[in-house]
Amino acid sequence: VLALTVDVWNEMVTHCLLEAPLEACGLLAGPSASGPDAGRASLCLPAENVAASARVYTVAPRDLLRADRAAEAAGGEVLGVYHSHTHTEAYPSPTDTDAAPDPGWHYVIVSLRDTEPTVRSYRIAGGKIVEESVVLQ
Amino acid sequence: VPVAVRLPTVLRPSAGGVSTVPADGATVGEVFTDLLRQHPGLRDQLLTPEGDLHRHLNVFLNDDDIRYLGKLEAKVSDTDTLTLMPAVAGG
Repeated sequence: VLALTVDVWNEMVTHCLLEAPLEACGLLAGPSASGPDAGRASLCLPAENVAASARVYTVAPRDLLRADRAAEAAGGEVLGVYHSHTHTEAYPSPTDTDAAPDPGWHYVIVSLRDTEPTVRSYRIAGGKIVEESVVLQ
Repeated sequence: VPVAVRLPTVLRPSAGGVSTVPADGATVGEVFTDLLRQHPGLRDQLLTPEGDLHRHLNVFLNDDDIRYLGKLEAKVSDTDTLTLMPAVAGG
């Protein structure tokens, strides 16, 4: 389960809409796995997509560092990454699966294909994709 | 006084579960050598078989990406922090 605050959901989806037709990307952070509220994303950290593409994304390295510091300053850690699919469904592409950097992360995809944005989340480990539910808290 | 090396969650299992490892050296390359002496399991995640920095790894010396500071030759001093982070990309 990926739990998000309403603010994080709004910020993430708004960022994706504003960047369209290019893919948007960013990181989600929250309390570390061992603490209270573990796994609840309470910080949305929008990043620059240095690929500046409608098909692929690369989080700007400096934004990774900034996100890591912001998460640490809030007493938590980076829990996952989000990006948009502007013309396809919210399901990981082969590129997403191959490039997934951390089996402990949540991989959130915001699809803008339909009239309403769709938010879905996955665990990706060893090339295996498992969808998880997304809960607003 | 060693340099503090901060590890991302994905690398911590190869370093005994800790988030920060103190390591000695005058350059990033020397710090990596000491880090890998302490935690040999990190080798393939940091460096290519040829000993170059893995292209999927970002290394920051304090606030700066070491790609722009001479990579493994970048000079470090006692109060510095090296932060390692995996590249985050997809499609």
